Amino acid sequence: MSDHAQAHDDHDVSKHIRGYLIIGATLIVGTVLTVLASYVDLGHHWNIILALVIATIKASLVALFFMHLISEKQMIYTVLAFTVIFFCALMFLTIGAYHSLPVHTVTH
Amino acid sequence: MEIPYTSKPRPDTGLYNAKIGIWLFLASEVMLFGALFSSYILLRVGSRVEDWPSGLLNIPIGTFNTAVLIISSVTVVMAWASLKMNQFGKFKMYMICTVLCALAFLCIKSFEYRDKFMHHEIWLNKAITVKRDGKEVEVTRLTGHFEDHRMFVTLPKLKAAGTEHIEFEADPHHYSEDKLAMRKKGEHEKVEIAVADIKRISAFVPAHSTYFAIYFTLTGLHALHVLGGAVVMAFIACSSGMWKRDPERQTNRVEVAGLFWHFVDLVWIFLFPVLYLL
Repeated sequence: MSDHAQAHDDHDVSKHIRGYLIIGATLIVGTVLTVLASYVDLGHHWNIILALVIATIKASLVALFFMHLISEKQMIYTVLAFTVIFFCALMFLTIGAYHSLPVHTVTH
Repeated sequence: MEIPYTSKPRPDTGLYNAKIGIWLFLASEVMLFGALFSSYILLRVGSRVEDWPSGLLNIPIGTFNTAVLIISSVTVVMAWASLKMNQFGKFKMYMICTVLCALAFLCIKSFEYRDKFMHHEIWLNKAITVKRDGKEVEVTRLTGHFEDHRMFVTLPKLKAAGTEHIEFEADPHHYSEDKLAMRKKGEHEKVEIAVADIKRISAFVPAHSTYFAIYFTLTGLHALHVLGGAVVMAFIACSSGMWKRDPERQTNRVEVAGLFWHFVDLVWIFLFPVLYLL
C-alpha cells in the first residue's frame, strides 16, 4: 500500500471508531429493551415476535457494522446467500416437522 | 514454501484467503447453531406449557453477561481499528480487554451453572400443602434447594444413603403457575418431605427436562466457542512477532479472529431472549 493510500485508510478507520461506539451503545440499549419488553404481557405470540424482532435488529447491527458486511466483496455475499438459503430450508423442514408432530408428546 | 495471499488480496476474489476461510467456517457454524435452534423450537412447541420451565434463569445476570459480550465485541473491533491506525499499544490494550470480557463471561456463566446444579425439582406421589402468595395450596411439584446446598441429588442416591426425610427450601412459586410467577418476590418455605413420598427428584441438569437438555447444549456449545475465541485472542494479544514481520498480516489475523468473535456475540444475542426471557 502506498503511503498516500495508507494515510487515506487510516483516516477512514478513525472516522468509523465513533460509529463502533454508537453501535455498541445501541446494542446495550437493545438488550435493556428486550428485557423490559419481556415484562409486558402482550400475549405469548407477540412477546416471542417482539423479542425476536429486537434480536434480529441487534444481530443485523453486529453483522453490518462490526463484521463490515455493509461494504464487503461479492464473494462473501455469495457465500452468505447460500447460507441463507440452507438456513431457510432448515427452518422450513422444522415447520414441516411441527405440523406432523403429535400434540404434547414432549413431557418434561 | 510461502503461502500465497495471507496479506494481499487474491485477484479473483478480491480477498485474502483467511477471510474467505473464516466466512465459510461461519457459514457452517450458522447451520450448526441453526440445527440446535430448530431442535429447540420443536421441543418447545411439542411440550405442554406447564412442562416447559420458564423464569428459572437469573435475568439480571443474563443481561449483565450480554452486556459483557457486547462490550467485548466493541473492544475487538477497536483493537483491529488500532492496528489499522498503526497504534500497537492501543491494540494490545483492547485485545486484553476482550480476553478479560471473555473470561468474565465464562466465570459468570459457571456461577449460573453451579446455581442450577444446586436447584432441584421434586415430583411427589401425593400432594402436600405449601404457601403461595399467602394462601395454602396443595401441590405435587416443588422447586427449591437443600439447606446445605447439595448438588445433583437423585432419588436412588437418597435411598442408597438410607435417608427417610429431607428438609427442602421450597421456592415461593413453581414455573407451571404462570409465565411471570417466577419473577415475583417471595420467601423460601422450609418443607419436610418423606423420601417414600417422592416420585422423582432432579437437579436442574440436562436429565431434568428437555428444556434443560437444550439449555445446556446451546449454552455449553456457545461457552466452548467463547473459550476457543479467548484462547486465540490471548495468543494474538501476546505475540508481537507478526506485527514486526508483516503488519498487514497481523491486522488480517485480528480481523479474522474478530469476525469469529462477533459471530459468537451474534449467537448470544438470540440465545439470551430465547432461553432467559420467553
